[in-house]
Amino acid sequence: MNTDRSEISDRALRRQRLLDRVFEAATIGSAGIVLVILTGIIVSLFIGGWQALSTFGPAFLTTDEWNPVTERFGALVPIFGTLASSLIALLIAVPISFGIALFLTEVAPLWLRRPVGTAIELLAAIPSIIYGMWGLFVFAPMLSENVQPWLQTHFGDAPLIGVLFQGAPLGIGMLPAGIILGIMIIPFITAIMRDVFLTTPKFLKESAYGLGATQWEVVWNVVLPFTRIGAVGGIFLGLGRALGETMAVTFVIGNTHRLSMSLFAPGNSISSTLANEFTEAVGDMHTSSLIALGLVLFMITFVVLALAKLLLLSLETREGTKT
Amino acid sequence: MKMDWRYFRRRTLNIFNLTGSVIATVFGLVWLFWILWTTLSYGFAAFDWTLFTQNTPAPGGSGGLANSIVGSLIMVGLATVIGTPIGVLAGTYLAEYGKGSFMGGSIHFINDILLSAPSIIVGLFVYELVVIRLGHFSALAGALALAIIMLPVVIRTTEEMLRLVPNTLREAALALGAPRWKMITQVAYRGALSGILTGILLAVARIAGETAPLLFTALNNQFWSTDLMQPMANLPVVIFQFAMSPYEQWHALAWAGSLLITLSVLALSIAARTLLRNVRMDQS
Repeated sequence: MNTDRSEISDRALRRQRLLDRVFEAATIGSAGIVLVILTGIIVSLFIGGWQALSTFGPAFLTTDEWNPVTERFGALVPIFGTLASSLIALLIAVPISFGIALFLTEVAPLWLRRPVGTAIELLAAIPSIIYGMWGLFVFAPMLSENVQPWLQTHFGDAPLIGVLFQGAPLGIGMLPAGIILGIMIIPFITAIMRDVFLTTPKFLKESAYGLGATQWEVVWNVVLPFTRIGAVGGIFLGLGRALGETMAVTFVIGNTHRLSMSLFAPGNSISSTLANEFTEAVGDMHTSSLIALGLVLFMITFVVLALAKLLLLSLETREGTKT
Repeated sequence: MKMDWRYFRRRTLNIFNLTGSVIATVFGLVWLFWILWTTLSYGFAAFDWTLFTQNTPAPGGSGGLANSIVGSLIMVGLATVIGTPIGVLAGTYLAEYGKGSFMGGSIHFINDILLSAPSIIVGLFVYELVVIRLGHFSALAGALALAIIMLPVVIRTTEEMLRLVPNTLREAALALGAPRWKMITQVAYRGALSGILTGILLAVARIAGETAPLLFTALNNQFWSTDLMQPMANLPVVIFQFAMSPYEQWHALAWAGSLLITLSVLALSIAARTLLRNVRMDQS
């Protein structure tokens, strides 16, 4: 009797240990897929883009020619377009996001914070193709009829910045691409800024108020210095999103391989070039150059996003040691 | 007198900047309502019940979106079936086993980067991995690309939600002699269930409108097809192609498709948010 029971529990124990090991192995295997995906992306883009990279060398990054007929490809125009449109996006999104985060953490009455915060977050839920549709059919025509002519008559002849407003006011081009990207990354930057602003210890803020500081002075001299790293991390996260955004940009940027300083001129970004040309690419060299472009984009966003993560991490660890 | 002026200046600056924050918020909200209003008004103007019964038309013709709606449902469904178990298990590893270890830390870090990585790159990756091997575009490749995009979202929320489960519950289960896998599946998962479901809903909302990765994988199909090994119509790519075309009737269909996608994505996000709010309330 006794031996029987111990045998059974022994077997049960062994079974449970085996199941334990199987379950743990399954979780490790699944988590490992994340590493496989990352390595797979880098390796496959490298292999796919190798033909272009080995033929053109480093000059691939600095040539502005993109000619499927002569099979000469350089990435300068799309890289410029990606960086320029993202820069415009940041110029719009950073001050606006800061203002919204300020509103949500300091200014708004408590009952208003949740609904407004949710509404801003919904901006991130709208699929990028909807931004594209709206940009192409509503926003771009509005821009070309009302805003661009006004900008051109007032600033078109100005020294230095006049060059930004040259060309036909088509409505599509670098400016609408940048503006729409800016709107799209507002929720991401806002969410991070709001979260890090909320980590400021109450006693610090109350000390400042006690000394007679105004609300703005508390934000500028206490909250912002305390959370600066996190806020910059949020901006980098937004930048990472803007760099890789595809559909919204493809609809409005104009898809033209020409380098231009004008905000009105149509251009191209890495992602819009891929979206437009990849399925219609003729010849291996064209496809390979497009994949090499993808590799460049992935590298840029990877570095930017990793920086964002590191900045936010350093804020977290600081928080941990201080409390 | 001098003090008065300084006080006035500080107060003015304060009011000016706080007003600025209100204006910034209004600015942000205006876009949301403008975009939603556009989608709803154009979308409902183009709405017709034949959308659900007819297939996508030839250039310039009239028709519906039936094949692309079904295609989107199939691919999103398949992606969810692939992505959910892997994502939940990987999130379990990060929260329960890999906490504090080097591997856990690096996977957490890389996962956060993949969460924001450009989705078009995932399309390229799956193109290289699957489409080239098979020699043609296929719905399977599309579903795989969507699954890869959904994975980081599920992993992250699963990890976060499991971390909210109090350790005392785990210890209680282990002290009763429960093996670890039983503790996780019967105690930790149960505690984090609605949170994990939230993550899955958010992930589905994210992939429902994804266009870029499908361009290189599932492509499009003008006809009715449920064959996973063939190109399959799907709403986002149809919207893209129809919006870029010169035909008025195609534009109308693109708006109708935008309406369908926006409504389903908003419904999913709001459902996820309501679930999550209940979770947070339970915790506090």
